[in-house]
Amino acid sequence: MIALTDVHKAFGAKQVLRGLTLDVAKGESCVIIGGSGTGKSVCLKCILGLVIPDSGTITVDGQDVTTGDRDAFLARFGMLFQGGALFDSMPVWQNVAFRLQRGAQKRPKLEAREIAIEKLRRVGLTPDVADLYPSELSGGMQKRVGLARAIAAEPEIIFFDEPTTGLDPIMSGVINDLIREIVTEMGATALTITHDMSSVRAIADKVAMLHDGKIRWHGPVAEIDSATDPYLRQFVTGSAVGPIAAVR
Amino acid sequence: MMVFLSPIAAIGRSTLALLSAIGRVAIYAAQAVSHILRPPFYPREFLHQLLHIGWLSLPVVGLTALFTGGALALQIYAGGSRFDAQAVVPQIVAIGIVRELGPVLGGLMVAGRVAAAIAAEIGTMKVTEQIDALVTLSTNPLKYLTVPRILAATISLPVLVAVGDAIGIFGGYLVSTTRLGFNEAAYLRNTVDFLEPWDVTSGLIKGAVFGFLVALMGCYHGMNSGRGAQGVGRATTNAVVSASILILAANYLLTELFFTA
Repeated sequence: MIALTDVHKAFGAKQVLRGLTLDVAKGESCVIIGGSGTGKSVCLKCILGLVIPDSGTITVDGQDVTTGDRDAFLARFGMLFQGGALFDSMPVWQNVAFRLQRGAQKRPKLEAREIAIEKLRRVGLTPDVADLYPSELSGGMQKRVGLARAIAAEPEIIFFDEPTTGLDPIMSGVINDLIREIVTEMGATALTITHDMSSVRAIADKVAMLHDGKIRWHGPVAEIDSATDPYLRQFVTGSAVGPIAAVR
Repeated sequence: MMVFLSPIAAIGRSTLALLSAIGRVAIYAAQAVSHILRPPFYPREFLHQLLHIGWLSLPVVGLTALFTGGALALQIYAGGSRFDAQAVVPQIVAIGIVRELGPVLGGLMVAGRVAAAIAAEIGTMKVTEQIDALVTLSTNPLKYLTVPRILAATISLPVLVAVGDAIGIFGGYLVSTTRLGFNEAAYLRNTVDFLEPWDVTSGLIKGAVFGFLVALMGCYHGMNSGRGAQGVGRATTNAVVSASILILAANYLLTELFFTA
């Protein structure tokens, strides 16, 4: 469904992606792992067109992401951002129903609010949260609202950027379980980037390790503990000793 | 040889950087203007900005105009007395306020208040990935954030200038009649008789141009904000400074165009 082929991207003199090639099948939950600064977020942003690659091709269902109707293309996606990226000028329900209040997917206000409340319930938040502002919520609640916004328009493809960063282990577990349930229930294709190995085990069908701008290893999640690749081993065990430099 | 060439190279680099910045701002402005008439439109955002930029700036602009009008009356009276021309206070206050001080000081006060607020808000949205979130939600940030602010500022600044003109003239009237011994009815009659429609209209046109520049600088610097608190702080400062300089430069050019042609 999503195919990246030989994608290169540099920011000034810093080469971030150096020939990234990755395929994500329809309905699959793929998790990209890798150290900080290896280009994981850039990879997601390239697929969404937020960053333009220097070379290589990115296709979704065989269609190049740089061609065709951009609004229709983006309507297929939902994204949970690392910090939530909630709009702090509007209450929670308007954040969740943002896409349902404008553009091609516009619904009447009451219907949009009802859908938002239903999605908030789906992520374990009560309706009284709907009229609060993002600044009144805890970090875990903001992530849940971000998740509700990502699934509000029932997208085919959902991206999760560091979904558990900054959360305590229990809240991380809750978010991981929610992501897995929602992805399975919606039949969506999911692409997640994370450092958190508990997220990897909870969310992934397939794991891809990004190192030095390329996919270093990829395979089913069940194989990450038995894989012999020294880079993957070091990352999974969290060792300071190994081929990945601790100081980058 | 290098010692002699390096200052020249530095001047060259600065010139290129300046020209490049002017080009980027011009392209950004052209894109924003081109989106004004193309759907989708965001009327709620526009009305919200009209309230925020126009209505909430009224106290600042009003107080500035009031004190400026009063001070202007005192200065003209004191200066005019040197050649026995104290009687021209109503006329000079009126023309000074509506042609120059009303639009310029109103524009500068709004630049301080609004350009800073816009740059800080959009800059924070950028560093917290809210701008990226807008894109993923099929919303063009230029259309959703920039166009309503530019439109609201361009429309509300002339209104603020008109209100500021009235308050500024009132400030001059208040000081002249209570401190300088002018007759109330004669002061008002002199003011009204002396002013021509073009005096007022030219000030309102200046206001519209200044409003456009204030919002443009706020949005541009916010959208191009660097990372972190320092990046947003720098964007805010740059927005206010560039908006203020552009207002003063545009004021000179418009005055040249309106009154010397």
